[in-house]
Amino acid sequence: MSNSLPRSTARLKGLLNGYYQDLEAAAKDPARKVAWCTSAGPAELLSAMGFQTYFPENHGALLGARRLSTNFIAKSNARGYSPDICSYLTADIGAYLSGQTPLKTAYGIEGLPKPDVLVYNTSQCREVQDWFTFYGREYGVPVFGIYSPWKVETPLPREAVSDVARQLERLCEDLAPVAGRRLDCDRLAQVVRYSAESTALWKRFLETARRRPSPITFFDATIHMAPIVVMRGTEAAVDYYAGLLDETREFVDAASAAVPGERIRFYWEGMPNWGKLRFFSNLFSELKACAVASTYCHSWAFEGLDLARPFESLAEANLQVFINRGELYKEGYLKKMVEDYGIDAIVFHEAKTCPYNTNSRFGLPQRLQERYGIPSVTIYGDLCDLRCFSEEQTRTQVEALAEQLAPVSRRAG
Amino acid sequence: MTSTKVFAGVDIGSSYTKAVILGADGRPRSSCTLRTGASFEGAASRALKKALNSCALGTGARVVSTGVGRASVARADKRPTEITSIARGSFYHCPRRHVVVDIGGQDNKVVAVDDHGRAVYFKMNRKCAAGTGAFLEEIAHRLAISPGRLSRVAKTARGRVEIGSYCTVFTCTEIIHHIRQGKGAPEILMGCYESVVKRILEMDALEGEVVLSGGVVANHPVVAEIFFEKLGRAPLVPNQPQLVGALGAALLGQESHDKNAQV
Repeated sequence: MSNSLPRSTARLKGLLNGYYQDLEAAAKDPARKVAWCTSAGPAELLSAMGFQTYFPENHGALLGARRLSTNFIAKSNARGYSPDICSYLTADIGAYLSGQTPLKTAYGIEGLPKPDVLVYNTSQCREVQDWFTFYGREYGVPVFGIYSPWKVETPLPREAVSDVARQLERLCEDLAPVAGRRLDCDRLAQVVRYSAESTALWKRFLETARRRPSPITFFDATIHMAPIVVMRGTEAAVDYYAGLLDETREFVDAASAAVPGERIRFYWEGMPNWGKLRFFSNLFSELKACAVASTYCHSWAFEGLDLARPFESLAEANLQVFINRGELYKEGYLKKMVEDYGIDAIVFHEAKTCPYNTNSRFGLPQRLQERYGIPSVTIYGDLCDLRCFSEEQTRTQVEALAEQLAPVSRRAG
Repeated sequence: MTSTKVFAGVDIGSSYTKAVILGADGRPRSSCTLRTGASFEGAASRALKKALNSCALGTGARVVSTGVGRASVARADKRPTEITSIARGSFYHCPRRHVVVDIGGQDNKVVAVDDHGRAVYFKMNRKCAAGTGAFLEEIAHRLAISPGRLSRVAKTARGRVEIGSYCTVFTCTEIIHHIRQGKGAPEILMGCYESVVKRILEMDALEGEVVLSGGVVANHPVVAEIFFEKLGRAPLVPNQPQLVGALGAALLGQESHDKNAQV
């Protein structure tokens, strides 16, 4: 991968090291509380109530990126968790059953931070409920959920926003006995402000890829997105993304290309294939293709967080993520991204175990081609389960797409 | 010294390697098909040598490789994917907008070809052998019939069993059920061939004119008959359909050379 942002990459390791060290300290301190939380939140609420938050989905991605997941998935499969369900879930539970975690070697902590409570939100995935319920049983701690109305179109239905906002308020009541305190509204406002600032900076970082050639790739973004998932309501995240944006702007000013000789611009749709990021990065580079934008990384560019109405704005932020939207919205969103980023073609990643974050299954690629002439290819794989992926078949498909985009004169025989 | 007038395409597939030599007039002069085996480079060399020897155009040729082993051919000037090569080769036989269905040893492809011979979109089967040549080889093994005889045996069928499964292994289980029910090998085979066609029809709507290519189409003519039945119109089956990819590669090489010569 390009690793075109060395200063930020070095800072990232220190930042995450501190995050995990603090998480471990909190888990060992009876006076502090740890909440396991989904990446979609409600992290801000938990932080405002004094919880240190840990994200199993981030752990799943780490297992995938380190190519540890496939063996752990088999462990879960043997315990009745199907190979057809979320491989973050099966990899994570398999690692837990094996008593292993890469967090030990990556961040020097002894193991997973034991939770005092588990809180999920279904806006990005429905299977998190079963995932967190497993740990609720294992650790004997309460599990709470926010159920987000799904497939919402624009404008967001007011009843859906109201429904989720009321659930968030109710959640605060449920969490108070675990936290040993009630929600501090001033603290919530501060966390929401940091979230709004860090996500705005994250979005501006991603938007530097509008430049041609792009200074960053989708693969760079997957490296630098960890703080926006696990630390977004903190001042440290704001500082980190301000620094990342500054460093990226230096590359913009120097007209540096993340992919030298960039001639094709791809959009990555769907989950990353964590264990094959280097394969894709190398393949794209060989083709002088830069994956300049992705739905996945842009999904953490929450907008509209409003200090004056924190519950409603948090509800809106969660409901309006791409993955939770209807097909009409998705079609319009992708069309706009293709225009805004000068995309030549979309690579749809059909992840075997992630139907929620796979958007090639309801005719969307065909509609984009027919209505707007946007070419695409659908590749088959998975976020963590490498058994579902064929390098050779994928290479042929991506190379063929690049050939399709490079017109050569032909004539009939 | 390499002649610039002789163009060769070599398509190294998972099961077979095919070579096609073009004459100076841009028309195919000779060809060779042989088992790929364990060496892509070796198979490509042997196929090219045999094809060149049989057309007396000398041993030198500008080579374009394609197929799963395309990257292994050191002497190739270009290495396009089989998608692009099939589109070009199919356009040679059907020089207008159409859809080409290629059924190979391990994968199936549907390529929409525009009126310049370019692929405008394509689809490949998932990571699964259902509906490919590998599927038919497994069925031949199960029924103890030589793969080369499958189509002839099927033609004697007086009916057709229903094969409901996607999966090659599950299909074999279904075959056991049909044998137990007293069904004959021809009827079972017809069901399997229909299953091959169904897998393709699930991949794409196949609108407009349809061309069939690939080794399965070449070695199992009954497949084209079932396409006719399912589509309600006759697909175009080129002479030597398994050579479409190699032909396309050779044509791409020739065109690239001509284009560069004009610059």
